[in-house]
Amino acid sequence: MVTVTNYLSDGFTLRSWLTTHDHKRIAVLYMVAITAFFFLGGAAATMIRLELATPQGDLVSADTYNKLFTVHGVVMVWFFLIPSIPAVLGNFLVPLMIGAKDMAFPRLNLASWYVYVLGGLFTVAALVAGGVDTGWTFYTPYSTRFTDSNVILVILGVFIVGFSSILTGLNIIVTVHKLRAPGLGWFRLPLFIWANYATSLILLLATPVLAMTLVLVALERFTGIGIFDPALGGDPLLFQHLFWFYSHPAVYIMILPAMGVASEIIPCFARRTVFGYRFMAYAILGIATLGFLVWGHHMFVSGQSMYAGMVFSMLSFLVAIPSAIKVFNWTATLYKGSIFFSAPMLYALGFVGLFTIGGLTGLFLASLALDVHLTDTYFVVAHFHYIMVGGSVMMYLGALHFWWPKISGRMYPEMLGRIAALTLFLGFNLTFFPQYLLGWLGMPRRYHEYPPEFQLLNLFSSAGAAVLAVGYLLPLGYLGWSLFFGKRAPANPWGATGLEWQTPSPPPKHNFEEQPVVTRGPYAYDPVR
Amino acid sequence: MSWLPVEASDIAARVDLLFYSMVALTGLVAIGLFVLMVVFCVRYRAGSSADRTNPPPRKKWLELGWTFTPLAIFLGIFVWAAVVYAAFYAGPAGNAMTVFVVGKQWMWKVEHANGRREIDELHLPLGQPVRLVLSTEDVIHSFYVPAFRIKQDAVPGRYTSIRFTPTREGEYWLHCAEYCGTDHARMGGKVVVMAAAEFSRWLQAGNENRSLAAQGFELFRRLGCSGCHVDSTVHAPDLRGVFGRVVHLSDGRTLQADEAYLRDSILLPKRDVVAGYEPIMPSFQGQVDEGQLNALVTYLKENR
Amino acid sequence: MPTIPFDSRLERREAALLAMWAFLVTEALFFGPLFFGYVHGRIANPAAFVSASHPMHVVLGTLNTALLMTSSLTMALAVRGAQQGKAIRLWLALTALLGLAFLGIKASEYWMESSEVAKASGAELTFYFLYFAMTGLHALHLTIGIGVVAWLWRHAARFGREYHAPVEVSGLYWHFVDVVWVFLYPMFYLLERYNA
Repeated sequence: MVTVTNYLSDGFTLRSWLTTHDHKRIAVLYMVAITAFFFLGGAAATMIRLELATPQGDLVSADTYNKLFTVHGVVMVWFFLIPSIPAVLGNFLVPLMIGAKDMAFPRLNLASWYVYVLGGLFTVAALVAGGVDTGWTFYTPYSTRFTDSNVILVILGVFIVGFSSILTGLNIIVTVHKLRAPGLGWFRLPLFIWANYATSLILLLATPVLAMTLVLVALERFTGIGIFDPALGGDPLLFQHLFWFYSHPAVYIMILPAMGVASEIIPCFARRTVFGYRFMAYAILGIATLGFLVWGHHMFVSGQSMYAGMVFSMLSFLVAIPSAIKVFNWTATLYKGSIFFSAPMLYALGFVGLFTIGGLTGLFLASLALDVHLTDTYFVVAHFHYIMVGGSVMMYLGALHFWWPKISGRMYPEMLGRIAALTLFLGFNLTFFPQYLLGWLGMPRRYHEYPPEFQLLNLFSSAGAAVLAVGYLLPLGYLGWSLFFGKRAPANPWGATGLEWQTPSPPPKHNFEEQPVVTRGPYAYDPVR
Repeated sequence: MSWLPVEASDIAARVDLLFYSMVALTGLVAIGLFVLMVVFCVRYRAGSSADRTNPPPRKKWLELGWTFTPLAIFLGIFVWAAVVYAAFYAGPAGNAMTVFVVGKQWMWKVEHANGRREIDELHLPLGQPVRLVLSTEDVIHSFYVPAFRIKQDAVPGRYTSIRFTPTREGEYWLHCAEYCGTDHARMGGKVVVMAAAEFSRWLQAGNENRSLAAQGFELFRRLGCSGCHVDSTVHAPDLRGVFGRVVHLSDGRTLQADEAYLRDSILLPKRDVVAGYEPIMPSFQGQVDEGQLNALVTYLKENR
Repeated sequence: MPTIPFDSRLERREAALLAMWAFLVTEALFFGPLFFGYVHGRIANPAAFVSASHPMHVVLGTLNTALLMTSSLTMALAVRGAQQGKAIRLWLALTALLGLAFLGIKASEYWMESSEVAKASGAELTFYFLYFAMTGLHALHLTIGIGVVAWLWRHAARFGREYHAPVEVSGLYWHFVDVVWVFLYPMFYLLERYNA
């Protein structure tokens, strides 16, 4: 077997990896880093579910529990979910999908990874120094004056990693604008590109607001100046408005790339073009835009005015429309297709189902009168886990499987892939569906002990978490195994359209031997054999 | 444990109607979609003999249809939910019984108008509209009674309030629903709804305090408020009947004097200065706690 | 050897300009919460904001505005000079010097104001906090800008008709810093200061 130089074999030293400018290597660096953080956040989740298996708070102390759910949220949101698809798959695939040699600013790309790692170090330092117990939401005045945990350290970590997000977003935007191959107009772009582009717009616009808000929290904590603390002349609702102005668009940062992945996988394994390409593209932009207008739906019982609540509620219903459109279009993409149930396809179908449930329960929370009862209960916890885990994580794993041959040059064992997808789907539902019931029955969130009548449902949830853990460990195992023992992958194992499949697996350092020229739209599949 | 939560307030019945309707609607949509997906996956699985000629890349009427139909349905749900929501804040005013609730790490302190106090418990009479006025001594807490379907954050530096009418006797869980530190999960208790006559007896029994208004009057004198506001050479507004009055401020704004205005006038007197008066009133921030503020406000409300 | 993914210098210049615009948008949103806090404060505590603005040094503030806006002129002349292949060192030097003068005056203002601020409380303190935070953040950005202009001055020989993107991109940044000040100046020095 002749060894052809590809991006993986272009230097085997650690130094060649840590000083690379190659977007594909940087993607792999991100993948390793976020996997580590995923398991850190997952360890916290494991402790949480173990504690919640019984009504008494007997496994860990109340303070420890509060630190566990805080680290779970902080790590999963900022160090796993937000970078996951854009910084791993986006970095790897955006130049390939548009026929470019690399991202627009390769050195900035590498810098963004180092910034990510630096932010991660500060956060881990906060953990080692004893943790933080404010929740990932840092509500004031608890976070500014009442807790004595390591708030400023973790704020530094999140502040720094925000710049990693901004640099990634900036790179993707300029790359998509300036480096598309000849013939690749906007409406010939794969929806994965549209999704990551819209995500990058949100990254750019929302993250700086979070950065400044956290700076103000740290300042208030450090100097005692009253910004958010009424005892010092400040306003706690000001914090909430500023925080959620970022954190609501942030959830669209987390889901839009997953939607982009689904739009690549489903047409491929249904062997037909995506249904309603234009509406899909517009829906992506619609979600990104409307996502900036709904932040007050996190504050319906906060003391904000009733009228503000009504405006935010109505806008929240509006933002559900483009998401619904996408679900209908994915379903319609199955019509008259020729469907293969590969592992990526199972992940994608699972994604559509779980995202649908998560999205529909969002309607409950957008309804003012219902939200009064449901907010701050396990209903909300279930809702956002259906979208974040059932949606984003499922599609991150689906994407890893789909593009694994391209990234690693190896095939993963298909049967294990399918088993893992099914295990994940089952474990996920067992873990999180009972939580909808718990919320409706009145179990508040962030409780380390609870009324005994909630035990049965909590037990189901904790049992499900064990199955879920298997669903995550399996791919860790066989994907790692495949790096050494997997079958070598051809350039296009799935028969997929898209420029990334027109180059060897793994790709050479500069992606393409010759500049590709695009002459037709995406997803030119034909289901008729 | 009953599988469905009990409905113990007037609001609860309305909330549940909306909730179960939405369960039915979203359940139908979800099941419909899943069935369709399964049907497509089976019918069009690779190797089946289904007709795959000319798979449609789009169908404009269908796409517009499934854009505008959900839009109409969503707007309907929005209006329904908003109307029920308004009842939490703007119910019939007159006969609502005001109860002050003060949250603090990690307990709830309740003060009835006659002075009776409770900790981590709230006794209420059946069928009597209630208005809870919430405040907190430290961080944000949230007063949550699942059986009533009510929840309202207690925010430092201000009053928040919520209205409902208990419609079922019994004992119900009270939880804090906004994370507030170490013992957030232990900051709860129960709400006890009793028949009206029984509640009256309970209210009188075991109450050694004077009424809130009487306590407020005593504070009004002790803190020196009457020194300026009652028969004084100091030019200060007459506070008789101030509650509910339309007040004209020195910067041109007009507002209606509610509990929030009274509270702010005591703690932040330079903020809303009445037209025609100098901003000479000192602030009592740090000199009165939440309980004392509640007493002063009650006194002012009843001082007609 | 870093990969340059662009096909031409033109493409690379356009990408650099787009990147700077995108970055400036993030900067605007970084200042955003502070602007929002100011609006919120002024609406909630109008009287306190008026009285807090009385001790502000409006003459120095106005002088600073003139200096900074002139520096934008000299920067624009530097950019044009680079595009046309003319000498730019003079304009760059003037820009940096005007920026330094601004910083000097600002520092003296801070020195004089700190005693005033120590006496403030309540919402007046909020006004001063916002003043120091926003003008301080602005001054930090201006300092970075002066550093960038100094670097351009050092390497001025590189730039000409063929290659001038770094000058243009820096010009964009400098003008942004100026525009931020154009908002800060009326907010802290002019608004309602002559009210009772």
